[in-house]
Amino acid sequence: MDSVMDSVTNSTIKADTEMPIVFDLAQTPLREVNRFLHQEISQHNGKSIRILNPDGAHNIAVGVDHEVNIEIAGHTGYYAAGMNQLANVMILGNAGPGVAENMMSGCVQVKGFASVSAGASAQGGLLIIEGNAGLRCGISLKGGDIVVGGSVGSFSAFMAQAGRIVICGDAGDALGDSLYEAVIYVRGKIKSLGADAQIEPMTDADYQTVTELLAQANFPYSSKEFRRVASAKQLYHWNADDNQEY
Amino acid sequence: MNPSLPSQPISREESAGYDRRMISYIQNAAAHGLYEIRGLGAKRRLPHFDDLVFLGASLTRYPLEGYREKCSTKTILGTRFATKPIELEIPITIAGMSFGSLSAHVKEALGRAATEVGTSTTTGDGGMTAEERLSSKTLVYQCLPSRYGFNPNDLRQADAIEIVIGQGAKPGGGGLLLGQKINPRVAEMRTLPEGIDQRSACRHPDWTGSDDLTIKIQELRELTDWEKPIYVKVGASRTFNDVKLAVHAGADVVVVDGMQGGTAATQTVFIEHVGIPTLAAVRQAVEALEDMDMKGKVQLVVSGGIRTGADVAKALAMGADAVSIGQGILIALGCNSETYVQKGDHHAALEDYAALGTAPGYCHHCHTGKCPVGVTTQDPDLEQRLEPEVGAKRVKNYLKTLNMELTTIARACGKQNVHHLEREDLVALTLEAAAMARLPLAGTNWIPGW
Repeated sequence: MDSVMDSVTNSTIKADTEMPIVFDLAQTPLREVNRFLHQEISQHNGKSIRILNPDGAHNIAVGVDHEVNIEIAGHTGYYAAGMNQLANVMILGNAGPGVAENMMSGCVQVKGFASVSAGASAQGGLLIIEGNAGLRCGISLKGGDIVVGGSVGSFSAFMAQAGRIVICGDAGDALGDSLYEAVIYVRGKIKSLGADAQIEPMTDADYQTVTELLAQANFPYSSKEFRRVASAKQLYHWNADDNQEY
Repeated sequence: MNPSLPSQPISREESAGYDRRMISYIQNAAAHGLYEIRGLGAKRRLPHFDDLVFLGASLTRYPLEGYREKCSTKTILGTRFATKPIELEIPITIAGMSFGSLSAHVKEALGRAATEVGTSTTTGDGGMTAEERLSSKTLVYQCLPSRYGFNPNDLRQADAIEIVIGQGAKPGGGGLLLGQKINPRVAEMRTLPEGIDQRSACRHPDWTGSDDLTIKIQELRELTDWEKPIYVKVGASRTFNDVKLAVHAGADVVVVDGMQGGTAATQTVFIEHVGIPTLAAVRQAVEALEDMDMKGKVQLVVSGGIRTGADVAKALAMGADAVSIGQGILIALGCNSETYVQKGDHHAALEDYAALGTAPGYCHHCHTGKCPVGVTTQDPDLEQRLEPEVGAKRVKNYLKTLNMELTTIARACGKQNVHHLEREDLVALTLEAAAMARLPLAGTNWIPGW
């Protein structure tokens, strides 16, 4: 097969200058869609992609490394837009575990809810979740930004190393456990803080950061409503007299 | 003292339960309030490949001429799903060791040596360095729980991907890298502040359990368009079931790392008391593959205390497709040597060992970052003690020696291909080894417990 375009144009792809390139996962295997997004998308600069009938399939649009708008018309399974680079991915539904995991750049937006480990270990880019996020949102975060319109589950931002998480709703248990340099902003209630996480005063820079991230996500809140959670840095080095678990 | 009475002899009766080693352990714990963290692997005596011997050929088997008849060592890994399997000249690979625990010079040396002899190197818990990718023709890229430095660009330029579930030195534990080894470059690659005591996660951040692993493997395959073999590495513990689950999840290659496997920094209690010996793990892993009718379809790589060509031959005879070596490679580079080589001259390192409270032959101070021979360090001065050219030559020599030993044994057993070595070629010297390896005790047909 020379090209996905050649093989499936008649059935699933409508490619002309005015219309987006459309894939129907009810007819086209995911492997072909992802291969197109990796190997052939550069031949279609300026075109947007629309993926129909995702029906909770896993690994949709993983590993895209191109400036392209991708719209997924429904719910996604695990790892949607995993390791995304440059692309803007819109999920018009709920997202399964690990949405935008290890994202490097670009933007992934979930119109509904996100399951566990949303944005795990993301190194860059922006993840916007309009609904709630499950457990471990932003776990191991390494520089990406996450904005959650609703609440997040327990152990969110566990061992988060860098980046920012804005939570417009409430946070579950053990928020920010073993944080490194990542910073969390919470508007609602915090059920409990994790080990070495502490609430700190907001600075002018924090207000500006939250304002900018809220604007990018198009959420109508004021940065004045948020509190800052960051690492107390007491676990950075062993101290026998502090009864640390190490 | 009454001079008329003979002096009282000093009692030297040592307690078995509280010997000097145990007394020292308790007193150190009381003094510092922290367990020992160290490098190297398990020091305790364990049933091992040394407890097996080959039967060789005689009237019932024909041997091959040692230096004249061909004996193939070609090894192919990842034939199950990947469209580009790994092809190696020898069945001996270099295990995953991180940039951070090892210097950039060492990573470069390993790549050069592996490329020259036709085998692979593996990244580690610190991401892929440019030096490593440039020097190593065949590079396996690890996906670890910490995800330090893990990114899709390096994933695409890797030749294979290894999802690390656990390590033989510490099944169930995450990596440690103490502050003195977190220099600016290491810190940047890991997105961590300089100088902190880094504790890696022990579980992956975006999946738990083997059903999730199935989907994670699919993600990595989709991301690399199904080209690259995917290995799954487990620390040896419940090996029979772990191997089955890894195969069920879709692994092309399973790597089983026994408890003799080395580490750059782990709690001693973990190294010595968690996991099972490599000998027992190989047998369980092979049985799992046979039970699933996947022997030969999914390849098995064995690591953990592989030191000699005889160890390699025994692992292959028991059913492994290849082995992986870490600690032995470091020793080949000069670990625990009295001297290091710079500009062709040997320089004594004894004072530096002494400053660490140790001596050549006993050093396990990888965790300190003050390696006297420049292997496990990020110190810019100490790093210069291992010149990549020198290190590459030594590792190449070591690998070639092992391979020659391997083919020597294979020919003696009448095999034209090292992968034709078989369990029937082996017997055990001890009851423990016979039971664990499920091989007959030498001179008998008796397999304990079978």
